[in-house]
Amino acid sequence: MELLFKKIAQLSASLVFVILAATTVVLYLSAKPAIQEFGAGFFFESRWAVEEKVELSPAELSELELLEADKSTFISDDFIEDEDDFIMDDEDFITDDDMESDSNESRIVYGALVPIVGTIFSTLIAMLFSLPIAMGIAVFLSEIAPSALAKPVGVAIELLASIPSIIYGMWGLFYFGPFIADLFGGNTVSLLVAGLVLGIMVIPFMAALSRDAITTVPDMLKESAYAMGATKLEVIKDVVFPYAKSGIIGSIILSFGRALGETMAVAFVIGGVYQFAGKITDPTNSIPVVLANSFAESSGLSLSVLFYLALILFVLSFAVIAIAKLYFLRGK
Amino acid sequence: MRLIMNRAFIIFSTLAAIVGLLFLGWILFTLFSKGLQGLSFDVFRKDLIEGGLRNVIVGQIMMSGIATFIGIPIGILAGIYLQEYGGNSRSTEFLRDLSDVMMSAPSIVVGTFVYAIVVVPTGHTSGWAGVLALFILMVPIIVRTTDDMLKLVPIELREAGIAIGASKYHVTMNIVVRYAKAGILTGILLAFARVVGETAPLIYTSGSSEFWSTDLTGTFPSLTVSIYNLATMPDDKMVQLGWTGAFLLTTMVLIINLLGRYASNKKRSK
Repeated sequence: MELLFKKIAQLSASLVFVILAATTVVLYLSAKPAIQEFGAGFFFESRWAVEEKVELSPAELSELELLEADKSTFISDDFIEDEDDFIMDDEDFITDDDMESDSNESRIVYGALVPIVGTIFSTLIAMLFSLPIAMGIAVFLSEIAPSALAKPVGVAIELLASIPSIIYGMWGLFYFGPFIADLFGGNTVSLLVAGLVLGIMVIPFMAALSRDAITTVPDMLKESAYAMGATKLEVIKDVVFPYAKSGIIGSIILSFGRALGETMAVAFVIGGVYQFAGKITDPTNSIPVVLANSFAESSGLSLSVLFYLALILFVLSFAVIAIAKLYFLRGK
Repeated sequence: MRLIMNRAFIIFSTLAAIVGLLFLGWILFTLFSKGLQGLSFDVFRKDLIEGGLRNVIVGQIMMSGIATFIGIPIGILAGIYLQEYGGNSRSTEFLRDLSDVMMSAPSIVVGTFVYAIVVVPTGHTSGWAGVLALFILMVPIIVRTTDDMLKLVPIELREAGIAIGASKYHVTMNIVVRYAKAGILTGILLAFARVVGETAPLIYTSGSSEFWSTDLTGTFPSLTVSIYNLATMPDDKMVQLGWTGAFLLTTMVLIINLLGRYASNKKRSK
């Protein structure tokens, strides 16, 4: 009995490792055809599902029409300096034929550059937007607000962090997107809206974690600084932040990792087109959104390409989260 | 100057807090006003095909419930192993770190994994695939909370149990786990609240159906996937139904979270 219990418990514990290993292996195996086909060039290739001499499926056609419609708003800028050949309109389709030297007639080109750039930029916008606000909230809750206010607001923030991300996406699509479009012009779905919605989504998460880090600062340290005549700003800047530094950085990186892999908050508002956002108010795409939208109608190589993308996302966010949790947040 | 800077800083922090709370309040306000508009008994009586949400709500709760049901024993046992048997060996630390990282892994990737191992071989989406995806998401959460909660159990209790001749199994199950019960319960509730609101891993594992179904081997109705589909439809009535679903989902998640807090607070005040 005793031994059996221990064995079963041990098996359960190893399950986490098994799942993780299986995920990596399965994703790699499923992505293998795409990895062999495109290799590392996948990261730098900006065309998606561009196909020569072969009829396009209706889904791809409608995507291309979308792209064409947006062509007028497209401005080449520093994102794409050396990628001039990627604008996907009909003319390029024909002229591209001779450029694929190593391919046969029906090769379809897939590249991850657009979703990768979209993911990184939407996450960066999210971080730029949420960082000051979340830090403000964290400092406000732990140092400024009277405890009668700090407690209920703190609970509210934690509850808000638990709201499913699809709610943020839906709100972004119907309310926040139009609001931003009125403010800055451009589309109601765009890189900017996606980044901001993502930012709003991680605010409660980041604020709650940072507040927890700040409250670990011993009162005695703060009181000694106050006793020496330091102002609140000086106490926070010179005592609280240095002490809670690794916790705060950890919470920021963890929020970054969360924003990176977020699907539903972004799926509604990023537009889902395989095109760089020339302006910040243009629609583009991100890795999770590509995965969410294209799985059902993919098979063969196009499916394998999606697994390749999933693998990239998995490795990337795993690394980010591992850095946050194991380096900065350890020992808590 | 120092005082002015200080004042400016305080004002800035307070403003930031207000701005953040305003946005979040705006979301909640929209959710409530739009969600309540469409709320009626028909929502709970009719299936999606007739303009209600009955089948998708039941489907969502069934999938999350079964995932939790399977996840609880495995997660708790794993947590027990890490804390009670693993000691501080390197492999225990490794497993602990791993579940910590898995807790935050992107849920969409879990969806692709399940798609590859279940949906591709069987050739169609199914309720079990959805259950598996949610199960994978929740196990690390239960493992970590159980582990953390057991850590809080005073070592003296274990020693006392062993001293009166109880076996390790008895000490663990009857003393340690019992002591940490409220905390573990909170962890389970929070894990359930987390997976019940998941959309990304369900889109192509369970899919969603407009019809009543309790057959987990076929495409299964899901509330969150339905909200995603409804919200992007051109028909205003469908969008309204999506908002109602979103409202119900959020209410459910918030209530479970509050219950979880209540469970752990009761423990603390004892």
